[in-house]
Amino acid sequence: MTQDSHSHDHPHSLLPSDPELRVKTLESLLVDKGLVDPAALEAFIQVYSEEVGPMNGARVVARAWSDPDYRARLLADGTAAIGELGYGGRQGEHLKVVENTPELHNVVVCTLCSCYPWAVLGLPPAWYKSSAYRARVVREPRSVLREFGLDLSEEVEVRVWDSTSEMRYLVLPQRPEGSESLSEEALAQLVTRDSMIGVSKVLEPGRGDQ
Amino acid sequence: MNGVHDMGGMHGFGPIPIEEDEPIFHEDWEARALAMTLALAGWQRWNLDRSRYAREALPPADYLSMSYYERWVAALVDLAVENGLLSGEELRQGRAALDAERSDPPVTADRVRAILSRGVPTAREVSAVPRFSVGDAVRTRNIHPAGHTRLPRYARDKCGEVALHHGAHVFADAHAMGQGEQPQHLYTVRFSARELWGDEASPKDSVHIDLWEPHLDAR
Repeated sequence: MTQDSHSHDHPHSLLPSDPELRVKTLESLLVDKGLVDPAALEAFIQVYSEEVGPMNGARVVARAWSDPDYRARLLADGTAAIGELGYGGRQGEHLKVVENTPELHNVVVCTLCSCYPWAVLGLPPAWYKSSAYRARVVREPRSVLREFGLDLSEEVEVRVWDSTSEMRYLVLPQRPEGSESLSEEALAQLVTRDSMIGVSKVLEPGRGDQ
Repeated sequence: MNGVHDMGGMHGFGPIPIEEDEPIFHEDWEARALAMTLALAGWQRWNLDRSRYAREALPPADYLSMSYYERWVAALVDLAVENGLLSGEELRQGRAALDAERSDPPVTADRVRAILSRGVPTAREVSAVPRFSVGDAVRTRNIHPAGHTRLPRYARDKCGEVALHHGAHVFADAHAMGQGEQPQHLYTVRFSARELWGDEASPKDSVHIDLWEPHLDAR
């Protein structure tokens, strides 16, 4: 595609097509014009690199496993219960927690873009944003899960949640066997990002808490 | 719009590109793209639904060949020009116009964390009584708007059952098109996998989709 073929409707084609150069040019323009504060850009990057990530969701899950009252509140009103731990806000304004059981497995997608519960999981991994995942997991969830190493019995019901509104879904994975004596902190170490999206199980005790 | 972004059910994209120990950003420019998108939103010249529509409106071949953050950057530039923050000439020159007035950015570093913790909630109080209750049988409308819609193609003209009611929320289809918030009752509708995909799907499986009242009819 030539640079100018869409320049009438799509001004972005007036910038260099190489992404790195395009972003550099855009940033210097925005800073020059006083449209963005360079220090604010650094702050946004710091938040999503260091402060918000799957460790937030893992703490929610570990609390739910450890405290039956919290688990009940979490399933009844995800936003409020997750807010109790101090998480919420951008891409976590409205949270719904769906619980895996031996008979039911939940998995989350956004087929139309890549909506994701940033407030509890951070930014989405590349595979979650990929065309393959968005296209396939609604139509053939079991084959997709097998690609992640999760082979579900035909007896297990699979529910796919397509995030088409501002509701954001978090999977409450099954607590693993052998984790009865673990502290909440040690439990959180077993909870992976992928288990909270619903494409894998949590780690087994003795593997994740080292 | 019936764009390539509406991917649910499509064939041909191959296996899921799973990457071990993936970094949060693969390139430094991706982090800059994210930050600029969040910072420029502070001008409140467009909303999140409009941003999604700008990404969907990229030419289909471009959309598919671009990475996630490349789409973000392209849409961001298009919105900035459409809304008068940047001019085509400035993009061509790569620098601010000589007579451009220097602005004060609305989002400063000290406000970033407060802005993110507040987020942009979409729940609204409305006086309209919800038309549906949990357990109601519904059919999605067979609509093909040229503008933004959150009713995916694979779920149009399909029968489902209301699984959850979330109260009223800003109606994305209208909000993206500059028609205001027009809050509508929002539901999660359960569709059996067989209703959507035919008899090859497992009889046990289902897809749950969030849909607003204007997407649904009683049946």
